[in-house]
Amino acid sequence: MPPAQEKAGPAISVAGLRRDYGDRPALDGVDLELAAGSSLVVLGPNGAGKTTLLRILATLLRPSGGEVSVLGCSLPDEAWKLRGRIGYLGHEPLLYRDLSGRENLRFGSRLYGIERGAAEARIEELLRAVGMERRADERVAELSAGMRQRISIARCVLHEPELLLLDEPDSNLDAEGRELARGLIGPGPGRTRVVVTHDPERHEAEADQVLRLGIGERAVVS
Amino acid sequence: MTPSRTAFAAILAKDLRSELRTLQSLPAMALFAVTTFVVFRFGLDRTSLSGSLASGVLWATLLFAAVLGINRLFVSEREEGGFDAIRLAPIDRTVLFAAKAAALVIYLAALELVTVPIFAIFFLEDAAGLGPLVAVLLLADLGLAATGTLISSMAVNSRARDLLVPLVLLPLSIPLMIAATGATEPLLSLGGPSYDRFGTWLMVLGLYDLIFGLVGYAVFDFLLED
Repeated sequence: MPPAQEKAGPAISVAGLRRDYGDRPALDGVDLELAAGSSLVVLGPNGAGKTTLLRILATLLRPSGGEVSVLGCSLPDEAWKLRGRIGYLGHEPLLYRDLSGRENLRFGSRLYGIERGAAEARIEELLRAVGMERRADERVAELSAGMRQRISIARCVLHEPELLLLDEPDSNLDAEGRELARGLIGPGPGRTRVVVTHDPERHEAEADQVLRLGIGERAVVS
Repeated sequence: MTPSRTAFAAILAKDLRSELRTLQSLPAMALFAVTTFVVFRFGLDRTSLSGSLASGVLWATLLFAAVLGINRLFVSEREEGGFDAIRLAPIDRTVLFAAKAAALVIYLAALELVTVPIFAIFFLEDAAGLGPLVAVLLLADLGLAATGTLISSMAVNSRARDLLVPLVLLPLSIPLMIAATGATEPLLSLGGPSYDRFGTWLMVLGLYDLIFGLVGYAVFDFLLED
């Protein structure tokens, strides 16, 4: 854990978070605090604002109101300090369809400033970890949805982020894929995670905290 | 923060690799330009052009061909999550503007490499003006790339993207076209190139490039916000 984060306290601190889309509130008064090294599972029906919450924490959306602090950085003002420290796995795989899986990972490594030699070693390690080393040179457009998700998981952890923000990480994965992914993005010592899921049975048991979002209801942390 | 030149090279290389693999923009731009020359040739019923008419035909064709490429410039970022990937990375976001503009300059240069000789075969009796024309093409490409990248990044999130790009780009490119045609006209005049006010028009093109380059640099970060 970086020293700055130890001093800063919780990995995530949210108070009275609001996000509106036009006149419609997607999130209305969310409060939560997540300690570094803990897992938070976010549950709720479709349209409850789970993905919106995750995108705000990832600095991809601006909150409409309330206070948000992630890894000691206040959002949205200090979002620039946070980039590069988050691993985000969204609904979209964030992969270019005309590049191969390996080329996508190389592109990601350049954006994160990973030195070429280290990047190649890391890419090989991750491709093995997600079981994609044999299909890594095929264009993403030619891969199945599950294979894209595996590459996407590798992309998410490529830069060894301090915080993982995972939106339906199991989607499209088979049993083997889920097991392989668990090694990279599952709960582990020192790994801080926020997981949005529709599969509470699988993830709730592993969570240190559960946030339940409802439509038009106050968010509840347990 | 990742050094800007590393991120710039990564984004530019990614775009060029994708274009080489899919050929989504360049062949369409070139085909459009060549077809337009054919239309002009038969529409004007002339086998040779010179001066302002030659200049006008060349630049109108190149501008409309460029619109095709500009329309597609950010499509992969929009449809494949590239905007999010870049917004999550520890990079100066204006690097994306610079890399996309550089990619567009390369597309336009490739387009001109194919179409300007065809234009010369179709319409010019004397190709002596093509040498100095390179400077005009280069400066106009830079301006078109700066404006086009800016407009394309704004329009890409709209469903009316194909309509918005020409509607906004064409009025903004009028000063660029006036300067480009003004610089090209004496180069393609009957009896060989002359350099009447050539330098002045090049300076106008340079000024346009500078203004739109700076505007793009200043506002691009805000355009990437949600």
